Amino acid sequence: MAVIDLANPTRFINFVNRALPWFAAATAIAFAFGLVLTMNAPDDYQQGATVKIMYIHVPTAWLSMMCWGVMSVAALGTLVWRHPLADVAGKAAAPIGTAFTFICLITGSLWGRPTWGTYWVWDARLTSMLVLFLLYLGMLALYWTAEDPGRGSRAAAILALVGAINIPIIKFSVEYWNTLHQPASLFRKGGSAIDPSILWPLLIMALAFTLLFFTLHFAAMRNEILRRRVRTMQMMQAQELAGAQT
Amino acid sequence: MNLGPHADFIFASYAVTVFVIAALVGWVVLDYAAQRRVLGDLEERGVTRRSQRKGDA
Amino acid sequence: MSMFFAILVRDMRLSVRVGGGALMGALFFLIVVVMMPFAIGPDLNLLARIGPAILWLGALLATLLALDRLFATDYDDGSLDLLMMGRMPLELAVAAKAIAHWLTTGLPLVIIAPVLGLMLNVEMRAMGWVALTLLAGTPALTFIGLIGAALSVTLRRGGLLLAVLVLPLTIPVLIFGVAAANAAIVGPAPFGPPFTILCALSLASFVLGPFAAAAALRHGLE
Repeated sequence: MAVIDLANPTRFINFVNRALPWFAAATAIAFAFGLVLTMNAPDDYQQGATVKIMYIHVPTAWLSMMCWGVMSVAALGTLVWRHPLADVAGKAAAPIGTAFTFICLITGSLWGRPTWGTYWVWDARLTSMLVLFLLYLGMLALYWTAEDPGRGSRAAAILALVGAINIPIIKFSVEYWNTLHQPASLFRKGGSAIDPSILWPLLIMALAFTLLFFTLHFAAMRNEILRRRVRTMQMMQAQELAGAQT
Repeated sequence: MNLGPHADFIFASYAVTVFVIAALVGWVVLDYAAQRRVLGDLEERGVTRRSQRKGDA
Repeated sequence: MSMFFAILVRDMRLSVRVGGGALMGALFFLIVVVMMPFAIGPDLNLLARIGPAILWLGALLATLLALDRLFATDYDDGSLDLLMMGRMPLELAVAAKAIAHWLTTGLPLVIIAPVLGLMLNVEMRAMGWVALTLLAGTPALTFIGLIGAALSVTLRRGGLLLAVLVLPLTIPVLIFGVAAANAAIVGPAPFGPPFTILCALSLASFVLGPFAAAAALRHGLE
């Protein structure tokens, strides 16, 4: 089966039905590996064992940005090719991205308490993640308020692309603002010189989270396709009933 | 494994992560079951989509 | 080009007549700024220090609230459909509407900001700088908000959804606007860099806003 065949929703559902167990198994194996490596990873000489939070915090930060990327690509598919599967892909990605950003914020805050002495510091990276979280919530609000799924996805696609242009600008301005108000970040998460003993567990965990993202995304896309089918069928049923009465 | 003085924070981070991911998985699984159920109901009542009708004929 | 000015003049006329909301934004701005000392306390030193920030935040909220009307009335009476079918590119028509909107709601904010600054104990000399940053920054707010207004009109939902969508996108404008104002008044940092970045944001949103808003209208109202 060629990749292009997947563009048909029914074929996509068949593909997901077959591929999902494999994806789930790969995710579980990657997490098992990653967690064992994480447990055996050495402590940081400055931060002690709290560096173990990094193995969740950093991959979820990467993925929350990648998820907006996925939504932007889907947005192009919606606006340029008007592809129904692209609508579905964008809509299914939004809640997953929100959840990953949420995990990133909470773990960042829990990491901050032992390191900075307080749960929240207006640190540049944490603050940009917070703004990203707000953008995700706006996206969810847009999907919730849209009555017509087609209209909702087109509006969401515009917002995704505007956000994709804006996110780098927001990151840049938050960093500028941060240097304005405090001299320097208290510590750098993952500078250029990461020891391999920390890097490997981090990469495996990042792989595991990426696999988890795609597993969830495919499953959520399948749900969304089914939901649209239910909607069409209910509308046709209503039409038939109305037609029978007149 | 010795987690040092801040073990609570590490446990809390992992617990939050597990909880959120479990919620996501639960949402996906329950949503799938619900959609399948409604779809099954509709098909039982003889409602079909246009593409399926074409296939029958 | 004459059609461009025709839309511009029409929108400005509509907004200053009965039922138009031209000065409502300025009134709202006044009230927000008056509310601040009640929340913070009448300490003049503190007010002088955070005055520019209060003025910027008030201008941001006032611009945002007025955006609701940008497309809603035209959508209700059908003139939006005429604009979409017209010969002029929709991007230009949308830009004309946004400029008219800024002239009637953004510019009054810039003009009354120095008066409100007096109440916040901001120095006379500094007020000129704050007004200058507002003059450079409020177009960016209008043009970013234009996208949100177009999106919310296609979904037939205004108000809070618009605010939720637009506010995070305006964070860079707020940061550089307040930074430039503070740099001019107290800061050791030079005024130039944040102010030029603020102007760049305005110019960029001037390009991006109409295109995104026109795309939102085209895709949303078909």
